[in-house]
Amino acid sequence: MYMFFSLLWLSYGSQEAKLCKAMSEEKWTTVIKPKDKLFDVNIGELWRYRDLISLFIKRNIITQYKQTLLGPLWFIIQPALTVIMYMIVFGGIAGIPTDGVPRPLFYLAGTCMWQYFAECLTKTSNTFVDNAGIFGKVYFPRLAVPIANVFSNLVRFGIQLALFLVVYTVYAFIGDSGAYFNMYALLFPVLVLMLAGLALGFGIIISSLTTKYRDLQVLFSFLVSLWMYATPIVYPLSQTKSMFWNGIQVHTLMCLNPVTPIIETFKYGFLGCGDFVGWRWLIYSFVFMVVLLALGIVVFNRVQKSFMDTV
Amino acid sequence: MPTAIEFNNISKLYRLGLVSTGTLAHDLKRWWTINVRRKEDPYLKIGETNDRSTKGESDYVWALKDIDFKVEQGDVVGVIGKNGAGKSTLLKLLSKVTAPTTGEIRAKGRIGSLLEVGTGFHPEMTGRENIYMNGAILGMTKPEIAKKLDEIIDFSGCERYIDTPVKRYSSGMMVRLGFAVAAHLDPEILVVDEVLAVGDAEFQKKAIGKMQDVSKGEGRTVLFVSHNMTAVKNLCKKGVILKNGKLDYSGDISSTIERYLSNQEERSNIAIADIKERSGNGTLRFTDIEITDTNDNPKESFEVGESIKIKVYFDSSERLKDASMSRIDIGINNMMDYQILWLSTYMFGDKLDPSKGYVQFNIPRLPLNDGTYNINLYSEVDHELADWIQNVSKLKVNYRDYYGNGRIMPVGQVPVVLDYNLE
Repeated sequence: MYMFFSLLWLSYGSQEAKLCKAMSEEKWTTVIKPKDKLFDVNIGELWRYRDLISLFIKRNIITQYKQTLLGPLWFIIQPALTVIMYMIVFGGIAGIPTDGVPRPLFYLAGTCMWQYFAECLTKTSNTFVDNAGIFGKVYFPRLAVPIANVFSNLVRFGIQLALFLVVYTVYAFIGDSGAYFNMYALLFPVLVLMLAGLALGFGIIISSLTTKYRDLQVLFSFLVSLWMYATPIVYPLSQTKSMFWNGIQVHTLMCLNPVTPIIETFKYGFLGCGDFVGWRWLIYSFVFMVVLLALGIVVFNRVQKSFMDTV
Repeated sequence: MPTAIEFNNISKLYRLGLVSTGTLAHDLKRWWTINVRRKEDPYLKIGETNDRSTKGESDYVWALKDIDFKVEQGDVVGVIGKNGAGKSTLLKLLSKVTAPTTGEIRAKGRIGSLLEVGTGFHPEMTGRENIYMNGAILGMTKPEIAKKLDEIIDFSGCERYIDTPVKRYSSGMMVRLGFAVAAHLDPEILVVDEVLAVGDAEFQKKAIGKMQDVSKGEGRTVLFVSHNMTAVKNLCKKGVILKNGKLDYSGDISSTIERYLSNQEERSNIAIADIKERSGNGTLRFTDIEITDTNDNPKESFEVGESIKIKVYFDSSERLKDASMSRIDIGINNMMDYQILWLSTYMFGDKLDPSKGYVQFNIPRLPLNDGTYNINLYSEVDHELADWIQNVSKLKVNYRDYYGNGRIMPVGQVPVVLDYNLE
């Protein structure tokens, strides 16, 4: 994530340098105006507040399981129960195949990834509403909150991923797994970065839109749960290859969902199931993420200046 | 002295009322006019002056309108004004919590704002963790906080509790800790909203002391909002009065306070019966007050030690006649709004005589020292508030010769004089 922001920072760097120069001539260090220019995103300022970001991350982690008996164990119980439920409903009752991979492994892989995405997304989309109290009293780059969010969710994701690996090893020892690592598993860090970027991008756009009209928030909270069904979590993407809708392969439509290529690549890399979606789709997803994030940051930056009047 | 902060034509428009489909319609119209027709925001024109108590035509008000002033480096400026005059909005703009509608603020140096103590405290985290959290929110870096940690803990006086979650703290301790962090902030410009009015007396003294050190010793620029005139007078060198969102006056602090307080008296030209800013159920309503000497002559000012009469007229309702208990109090406050004298019919009986329509207090030797005082009227009927008006009238007192020996009293002693002699 940091790497990505330093990239962004570089691209804005030259503009910022010009700005600083103009200011030093007048010797004003702070100028407060009704509106900044559209692309006046102060990434340098965000970097100055990196300590705050790390403290937010720490706070999110510490306070999440305070005064619970099981503590971080809840991070494991939740996906475990979800997977059992999927096995009964989608595997048992609906009888949807899982590309020859053991059901628990297949569902667990999808759930871990999706949970991280969904969790980041919902938390980020509530940024303004949840933090109105602090935002109304002190100024700091508002983007610090959603960024910290994405990072603190990594802890939970890491624990769930560990669970996945344990189950994976167990199956490997039993020997009937039919799942194996391949080179594509090395893409994992990039995949997580893409998930985080997408969640952050969508989240900050939604949060910017919901400061005044809360309708979107209501709509959005159930849209996220519907979105999961448009992503191959509980079924393999390979199932859609032979399906057509108005002459278009459903497979293609599915891949237009930027989360699909990420999840599929993850499953292919770790479980070897299905086919690789292809670099084309993966790059599409990556570009989608970058554009969305850039757009999100611009919109967010615009809204943060006076959101206190409308929230 | 170079300028530290410059306000250029700052205005801030707020929309009143609820967010509804009406707001959406306005937003669409605004968007259409600005972005499609390329014209000015239509709602900027219909904004009204911000007068809290009168009913307006438009949903839009100017919380601030055309504020234009400069603050020099090292100045400590007190911003005073009535509730809703725009003081907090001004500080919010300066601390970048929200953006102005028009105009520009320019400043030299880091701006630290203290609109609330303990912002971002999380109840589940320990005092120490919260110091870091709060410090970082206020713009300090981790090493900066670590360097000052001991000092902060010491200043807060919460050492014993420092590793306990703050949800176990008393509210006073929470405030102490919050202020301790804020007090160790090192910005060139400090913006403070009424936060000193918290904590116990010992801590308030400490807080004001710290504020004085900050402003005097270290030459920092401070903007301070408060209703506590004593604190303002102690801390600030200059003052600014905001009135209904406009800059009413700016100057040195004593003339500013004087002007602010005398502004409040404008009301004494209105008949008391017409005053709207009053509370109570109206079982009894004050209609007039007369302050005279013993010969019934109303005077501009009185002498210390003069015999005076205060006559308070009132209208009564049926309920007052049946009431088992009724009383009228007069509070006499000094300009800092501390109550100096209290007179009450309660000390002489449980009931007023409603048929008389007035009560008269006779004060044989006025014990108020040289100065100007505000008079508040208060009435209670059957233990319910009947009428309460603050600052109905002003009382001016000059020192002439209270002790009858021609000696002049040194200025700036206590607000009351004592009848005594020397043997």
